[in-house]
Amino acid sequence: MVKAYTKTPVGAHYGLGDWLLQRLTAVVMVLFTVGFAICLAVHKPGTYAEWKALFSGTFVRVTTVLFFTALLYHAWVGMRDILMDYVKPTAIRLTLQSAVVVALLLYLIWIAQILWSR
Amino acid sequence: MDTEKPTSPAPHRRPHASSRRPVSYDLNLAHLPPPGIVSILHRVSGLALFFPILPALIYLLGASLASEEGYREWRSFFSEPAVKFVMLGVIWAYAHHFFAGLRYLLLDVHVGIAKAPARKSAMAVLVLGLLATLLIGWCIW
Repeated sequence: MVKAYTKTPVGAHYGLGDWLLQRLTAVVMVLFTVGFAICLAVHKPGTYAEWKALFSGTFVRVTTVLFFTALLYHAWVGMRDILMDYVKPTAIRLTLQSAVVVALLLYLIWIAQILWSR
Repeated sequence: MDTEKPTSPAPHRRPHASSRRPVSYDLNLAHLPPPGIVSILHRVSGLALFFPILPALIYLLGASLASEEGYREWRSFFSEPAVKFVMLGVIWAYAHHFFAGLRYLLLDVHVGIAKAPARKSAMAVLVLGLLATLLIGWCIW
């Protein structure tokens, strides 16, 4: 007896998770954007000391890193969608997707290093 | 009458056949409806934000926080009108992506999903993106 091949080529549902994650991270970034804009409008940092003080508070540092973590996932899904739509050769697409992942991780490390190095 | 111009031959036409030909749609970008324009600009702005806007802004943040001289250097750099015009583009990319994204979040929960409101909200996104750019641009000028 030959067992029927039952695995379907679609329906892994990983796309749904990515879709949801892109929305969740978008909401996180909307909240940060509004909060940070209000913060800038209230404090109006006009000197180096004020500018530095703004980014030395733990709350601002943690929320900024949270924003960039959300951005990492969000931009990954978006860039992956763009590359899947326009770059058909698999080897080139996977190379570019890997480059996107590395770039986004570097962005995150970079921003953490900027915020905590002083 | 057309026979007088032999260099530009008139297309061979049968008056009653032309109406039965298949319609070919004009796929020019200019004919995209507002939701389509919002969609492609959302994609373009997202790509631009990923690269080169984001690494440039992270670099500038780092340089401006690193030292007093760095801060002054970048402040004078941003006071150049040419730089401010580039910043308007950066602000627009963020603002458009922001408002278009909010619209998609609403569409996802089936708010304004019908054709007419979707068209209106798309136009609102285009206007809001430009208005926010003007407002922030006015603040930084």
